[in-house]
Amino acid sequence: MILHQFIDYETLRVIWWLLIGVLLIGFAITDGFDLGTGTLLPFVAKTDMERRIVINTIGPVWEGNQVWLIVAGGAIFAAWPPLYAVSFSGFYLAMFIILASLILRPVGFKYRSKRDSDTWRAAWDCALFIGGFVPALIFGVAMGNVLQGVPFRFNNDLRIFYEGSFFGLLNPFALLCGLISVAMLVMHGGAWLALKTSGPVADRARRYGGIAALITIILFGLAGLWVWAGFGGYRITSPIDPTGASNPLMKTVVEESGAWFANYGSYPVLLLAPLFGFIGAAGAFIGLRARWEIATILSSALSIFGIISTVGVSMFPFILPSSLDPRSSLTVWDASSSHLTLFIMLVVTVIFIPLIVAYTSWVYHVLWGKVDEDTINDESGHAY
Amino acid sequence: MPLTGGRGDPVTVMELDIVALSRLQFAITALYHFLFVPLTLGLSVLLAIMETVYVMTGRVIWRQMTKFWGTLFGINFALGVATGIVMEFQFGMNWSYYSHYVGDIFGAPLAIEGLMAFFLEATFVGLFFFGWDKLSKVGHLAATWAVAAGSNFSALWILIANGWMQNPVGSAFNPQTMRMEVVDFYEVLFNPVAQAKFVHTVSAGYVTASIFVLGVSAWYALKGRHIEIAKRSMTVAASFGLASALSVVVLGDESGYLSGEHQKMKLAAIEAMWETEPAPAAFTVFGIPDTEARETHYAVRVPWVMGLIGTRSLTTEIPGIKELVDRARANIRSGLLAYDALQRIREAGSTTAVGQEVRDAFETNGGDLGYALLLKRYVDDPRQATDEQIEKAAWDTVPNVPTLFWSFRIMVGLGMFFILLTATFFILSIRRKIDAYPFLLRIAVFAIPLPWIAAELGWVVAESGRQPWTIEGILPTAAAVSNLGAASLLITIGGFVVIYTTLFIVEMGLMLKAIRKGPEPDFEPEAKLISPNIVPAE
Repeated sequence: MILHQFIDYETLRVIWWLLIGVLLIGFAITDGFDLGTGTLLPFVAKTDMERRIVINTIGPVWEGNQVWLIVAGGAIFAAWPPLYAVSFSGFYLAMFIILASLILRPVGFKYRSKRDSDTWRAAWDCALFIGGFVPALIFGVAMGNVLQGVPFRFNNDLRIFYEGSFFGLLNPFALLCGLISVAMLVMHGGAWLALKTSGPVADRARRYGGIAALITIILFGLAGLWVWAGFGGYRITSPIDPTGASNPLMKTVVEESGAWFANYGSYPVLLLAPLFGFIGAAGAFIGLRARWEIATILSSALSIFGIISTVGVSMFPFILPSSLDPRSSLTVWDASSSHLTLFIMLVVTVIFIPLIVAYTSWVYHVLWGKVDEDTINDESGHAY
Repeated sequence: MPLTGGRGDPVTVMELDIVALSRLQFAITALYHFLFVPLTLGLSVLLAIMETVYVMTGRVIWRQMTKFWGTLFGINFALGVATGIVMEFQFGMNWSYYSHYVGDIFGAPLAIEGLMAFFLEATFVGLFFFGWDKLSKVGHLAATWAVAAGSNFSALWILIANGWMQNPVGSAFNPQTMRMEVVDFYEVLFNPVAQAKFVHTVSAGYVTASIFVLGVSAWYALKGRHIEIAKRSMTVAASFGLASALSVVVLGDESGYLSGEHQKMKLAAIEAMWETEPAPAAFTVFGIPDTEARETHYAVRVPWVMGLIGTRSLTTEIPGIKELVDRARANIRSGLLAYDALQRIREAGSTTAVGQEVRDAFETNGGDLGYALLLKRYVDDPRQATDEQIEKAAWDTVPNVPTLFWSFRIMVGLGMFFILLTATFFILSIRRKIDAYPFLLRIAVFAIPLPWIAAELGWVVAESGRQPWTIEGILPTAAAVSNLGAASLLITIGGFVVIYTTLFIVEMGLMLKAIRKGPEPDFEPEAKLISPNIVPAE
């Protein structure tokens, strides 16, 4: 194969950094309202019928939405193997908790309404709440740890040694990030339920969604101040070869306060990312009040896009800094797959992502409209 | 790759337990996942076939059948998805050195599986259940076929990934990045091992679903319930099942032939064939493999058969285990030369900084580098290994012979039984006597769990036969694990077992409830025929 030489290694690495962002944001925006809806379930829906309405708003689509996460996992494996290896083995027990919670969702949706028993249904409601709240929280906690640097190092064979503990992950800054993540997804779930339901469920969703939007704004701002005042970022101090071999040990890195703000100084346009985070959440708050359903969910999606992008652009070119041995940090320039693999994966992605977006949009179009009591009864036997 | 512990301890017995625990965890999660996958693979296609008949003939009973089997499909699918989430992430969690070492090749089919298959399957499965009233007949049929295509594509990509583990083509080791990298993606895609495994595995899924549909329908026939639906379902299942069961055996044979080419040790271990025999070798139908004495007691042997299956010739020899161990010993010696050259290259910083003789030594012996890593179990620097350790490592290349020997024979025996069973019902359906013999119907009911046993044993043969390698000849399993503590592993193993078992019990309960309840009556008007010329037969 020589085709891959048409796109140079440096460009491919940047493209794949962006694409992982696209997949993670795709996950947070689509499956995000499922997680938010799961978290809101016990609060916005009191009766069994209300709960079924809430569950059936996401019933037909959550499965496809969750694939964004699966594909992001696979794409990180293919495009950034060291990131896949370090993060999932390092955050081992946290990953287990996320997986265990996510496992509850498919069965929760499918099995809950198959038996006419209050305890059975209450148990699955609880499972669906855990399946929404816990992953939302831990994804945020993980982000918080990544921003602070993670205690891992490589030996010369590039074998990974992680020297942190599970409880070390639950530090105050990381927990703050976890709360931002929960608030952001609850805002998004509220926006979704406002769009897909009516009556008391929609009223409650608007109320809780609005509160979550305000909390998102406050905590996101607080986290920014904390990074500014509280701890430093990381900076590469050796010459950078953006087309060099993917071996993280060939550079030197220092921890330096203010490093996570350096990119905004060089490229002020990047300030749009945090700005979108704030504006989107504010828009969602106003939209929920004013009952602009579509504008609300778009605003809330914009906020998610802004908040996740903020993490990415603040750290660039770092993707996983090491607090234990900074030179082991993974960066865009030394943690990717080979030139050829990145190229092949790009071709595949360019073919499939538009197809996926097209048929997913079509499915949403087919399922357009509010879910209410009549829908559930009409579809008896099929609705969850 | 010294197997030093997470906090710098030298190799201890504990460390080896980490390998055993990591393997146990993978086996548990994969085997659980594989309880749900074969039925999804096959039932999705059967649903699509049933709905196609409905759309073409317009007869409501076929829609009723599609919805009924669809309900059972959904209960099973939910657990397939639930257990599948873990599969995507546990390579990184428990096998981080593996993920680093081969992610450049192995990650790609996994990611493509998601993009091409999971999205399709998961997006349209929602429409399958929720779209009956929202889509036209043909539109809904398209959604059902999309689900079937999605699940089958996913089998294709995961088996391309797995095929590469069995037969690592199209890749080379890069000393600068200390990992395997893709050289020729075309070879990875069209790996003959992957292709044979794909057809073998999806066919096995079709057999599983066919026997399931056949057995459940036979139960209705015995009870005298839902007779019309049961008879039609049995007809579809018997014909589809027969074709698939034949395909499983043919492609299983192809897999056997390919192992003869690429994984000779696996083949010899399946046969418990310790010595090389003059061609064509005999097939051992029964025997008690003895790993201590390295021979097989009470062997009942059929002359020629093994030679024909393994080599498709009368003159090619199949090497026995002892000869293959001799070869492995030679590979280890050559691997040590490669390992030494690699260390020199890395000390010097690059391949250009060392002398020509070092480069040559790496070029010539580089393919055996993995064999040197087998010694990491015994010594930190393989170059320091004693002859005794080399001998042990050479014998480590023999997988667990009795496990393979028995798993294979039970699997093949079940495969033959499925051909017999589906053929019997196929003939009965042609004679319109499909529910005429309660004795046969009872056999069909009791056959329901058997395809699962065969499928799980097939996984055992394929993956335990690959040991001690994660990547055949490239990366030993013991070197592939993450540096985790035993406590973390025990927590997750316990956690997954508890969650999976609970959900499995719930799933079985709901399945049985749905089966007992039977198909929902369908009072909606008959759909319009595509063409007024197609008239229902009855």
